[in-house]
Amino acid sequence: MQWEAVIGLEVHVQLATQSKIFSGSSIAFGAEPNTQANVIDLGMPGVLPVLNEKAVEMAIKFGLAVHAEIPERSVFERKNYFYPDLPKGYQTSQMAEPIVGLGYLDIPLEDGGIKRVRIHHAHLEEDAGKSLHEDFHGMTGVDLNRAGTPLLEIVSEPDMNSAREAVAYLKAIHAIVTYLGISDGNMAEGSLRCDANVSVRPKGQEKLGTRCEIKNVNSFRFVEKAINHEIQRQIELIEDGGRVIQQTRLYDPDLDETRAMRSKEEANDYRYFPCPDLLPVELDEAYIQHLKETLPELPEQKRQRFTEQLGLSAYDAGVLSSSRALAEYFDRVVELSGDAKLAANWVTGELSAQLNREGIEIEQAPVAPEQLAGLLKRLQDDTINGKAAKQVFAALWAGEGHTADEIIEAKGLKQVTDTGAIEAVIDEVLAANPAQVEQYRAAEPEKRGKMVGFFVGQVMKASKGTANPQAVNQLLAKKLEG
Amino acid sequence: MHDLSLTQMAKGLTDRKFSSVELTQTFLERIRKLDPQLNSFITVTETEALETAKQADRRLAEEKHSPLTGIPLAHKDLFCTEGVKTTCGSRILDNFVAPYNATVVEKLAQAGAVSLGKTNLDEFAMGSSNESSFYGAVKNPWNLDAVPGGSSGGSAAAVAARLVPAATGTDTGGSIRQPAAFCGITGIKPTYGRVSRWGMVAYASSLDQGGPMARSAEDCALLLQHMAGFDPRDSTSIQRAVPDYLSLLDEPLQGLTLGLPKEYFGADLNPQMAERLQAAIAELEKLGASVKEVSLPLTRLAIPAYYVIAPAEASSNLSRFDGVRYGHRCADPKDLEDLYKRSRSEGFGEEVKRRILVGTYALSEGFYDAYYRKAQQLRRLITQDFQKAFNEVDLLLAPTTPTPAWDLGSKTSDPVQMYLEDIYTLGVNLAGLPAISVPAGLVGGRPVGMQLIGNHFDEGRLLNVAHQFQQVTDFHLKAPELN
Repeated sequence: MQWEAVIGLEVHVQLATQSKIFSGSSIAFGAEPNTQANVIDLGMPGVLPVLNEKAVEMAIKFGLAVHAEIPERSVFERKNYFYPDLPKGYQTSQMAEPIVGLGYLDIPLEDGGIKRVRIHHAHLEEDAGKSLHEDFHGMTGVDLNRAGTPLLEIVSEPDMNSAREAVAYLKAIHAIVTYLGISDGNMAEGSLRCDANVSVRPKGQEKLGTRCEIKNVNSFRFVEKAINHEIQRQIELIEDGGRVIQQTRLYDPDLDETRAMRSKEEANDYRYFPCPDLLPVELDEAYIQHLKETLPELPEQKRQRFTEQLGLSAYDAGVLSSSRALAEYFDRVVELSGDAKLAANWVTGELSAQLNREGIEIEQAPVAPEQLAGLLKRLQDDTINGKAAKQVFAALWAGEGHTADEIIEAKGLKQVTDTGAIEAVIDEVLAANPAQVEQYRAAEPEKRGKMVGFFVGQVMKASKGTANPQAVNQLLAKKLEG
Repeated sequence: MHDLSLTQMAKGLTDRKFSSVELTQTFLERIRKLDPQLNSFITVTETEALETAKQADRRLAEEKHSPLTGIPLAHKDLFCTEGVKTTCGSRILDNFVAPYNATVVEKLAQAGAVSLGKTNLDEFAMGSSNESSFYGAVKNPWNLDAVPGGSSGGSAAAVAARLVPAATGTDTGGSIRQPAAFCGITGIKPTYGRVSRWGMVAYASSLDQGGPMARSAEDCALLLQHMAGFDPRDSTSIQRAVPDYLSLLDEPLQGLTLGLPKEYFGADLNPQMAERLQAAIAELEKLGASVKEVSLPLTRLAIPAYYVIAPAEASSNLSRFDGVRYGHRCADPKDLEDLYKRSRSEGFGEEVKRRILVGTYALSEGFYDAYYRKAQQLRRLITQDFQKAFNEVDLLLAPTTPTPAWDLGSKTSDPVQMYLEDIYTLGVNLAGLPAISVPAGLVGGRPVGMQLIGNHFDEGRLLNVAHQFQQVTDFHLKAPELN
């Protein structure tokens, strides 16, 4: 039977506010346990929450970026359950009236296509603390630094049909929140966390299958692996005559498998009700309009500009707009070099490859856009050839010089276009390889094309890569004719 | 000295007739001598009080003082006090010392008031008799066999017995007004949002409101002046200027219309109390006020609405008492669940457990619409009823309670019967209105309270009418005999 997977994602985005959502404590990552927890975060008797306006602003910006309705009124509710890292015994969240209503996101797929994923809603809530099970023999430590950190939970409709689409969606969310500057998007530090709801159904069937929720998959790679694994597990289960039970499962990246955490029957009754300590959030049109005007160019708009105005391929445009920093880097190189295609080739090619090799982000790239543009200029005016350009780039990366020109000068990489100098090298090469010259001249004209490569290689080698390859080709052809 | 009003005390202090230290010692001595009979204090902070009194005397000498500088008072043990135990009358907080001060505590301290300690209360302010305290019942100074009312029973009994000239209270369903009535003192529950709730341990957040309890309306006005005001730490506190309550006290009552809600004068009301109230109404008429019957048809439904909403909020508010970070923790917990279950079972008393269970049930899946949502709808309708009445009259006048204080232990076995006693006070909290209880005589040697209810932010007029009434009556000057 042909199966179809149905996937919806709940993405928790940690908002990049200075302080917590209901208290003045810092949310900086990595502080000593419980040093960023004041009486409010500790859930002391008698304390009261005050909403951080910045968190509201960030949530609305997200809503506007995904074409969502922004209701005039939203309400914080209490989600009640007991856990040691939940100091008040309830999480302040939103349920019936969230801050962001129905929206959608058009996501670029690898095949160049576009997929529309609807966003059911997004709501604000506070994060819990952390339970620390190591280092406390037979006991559990509680760190409340994270308690009260503002989160935006973005809930999609079940509009995705493969792990790859889910990853593309997650990447698109990541791009938007970082473009908006409302989150650092750092998945390793938990700034972007994802739960996936997965079900399968026979292809063509309308009714949804029973879903399982996979908790806390915290990298793009694990999202893909976890979903694929879960789809496979469900299909095998059904094909073996079994039945999927609605439950929450945890992905184990070490074993590449999901395992059951709790089933629906064991689920808590959270007894949501409006938080009486917080007033409903009421927004006026002017405020929303003001925020709308402050929105930066978003990935979708950038992608469009890159293809329509700069003439890039859909693929390159998609890659280059995937992060705000990358897009800004690229825009700057284009601005300075004046050649979008060349800039795109280098940013998606050499630069990205180097970033990947070193596992760093564009923000940490040792080569600044100005430096790369300087390099591209020398390519454009034929001062260096492509091969030398790669050497210059490597040297810039390694910090061997500050500008491309400096490195070209120091390494003597300037392209030789002086025909006399090239001719002299060619003469040397031909004199050193009489047998090959003999063979070439005896060969049929149609086979000579391939044979000329050997001589080109020898000449480039002898010129240490600085000879202009076009000039070498022309002059060689003439000289070999005898 | 202990019979002086706050204004007289302030004058005595500025005229150097006595010092704050002497005043403080007088009341500390009375607490030592008389409180063993009443049990109105949980904690007496003698050392700190005398130290504060010394500072107050310095400020008085330097003439850098406010009208409250050097005046002793006490705080209901529901307000957090930095460095001094805050128990909420519960075993679960028996060892709890708050690391911060409630806004009310802070404001009164800044004004120079001298806190003598923390007063007894029903556990977490849940009760109408002050019998649910972990620290034992408080006795009514007018009759040691009677309850003082609750939940601010300790504050009321202490003020009535002249152990302290004034105290703070909190009112969620009548907890300032009802004990004030039972103990023959004056207490005002301000408009919801008028006094900051920061540091006031929450029972039912949408209903809780702190306020002063003292012997006269004038004393309450002086205290409220220093307690009220917007607090950026409380999102439900209201940004609105605080009027000069003292300057409003002497407004004449000519042209004032008082509404008598007929539902508050029905068969529930003790007939002798009804007589006392009629006499009080006659006094107010003599002062120029006119009266008019009005109707608040949903009065009875305030009881079920309140006893769903308040426990629902309480069930969530009290979740933080889990034995993890502070407060009582059971010995040798087996695991997490055992820690929660035993810490809370041992830490909370019967009435608190009952309300947590009721509230949890009311919010549960499948019951929410039938209970919580319905109660909220009722709340809106009850509020509308009051608004309609205020279109016709300036203030409402009613009894504070249906009966005088009952005997200790007489209603503890029937909680619902006790809930019904709150019938005249609950509606005010549901509607967020201000109301004051004023002494209006005795029935069988037990005080009777007259309640005046105002529209939102009409505290000034409530205090004004109560003060004018107290200019022509002496019920508020009567003291119980204690030896």
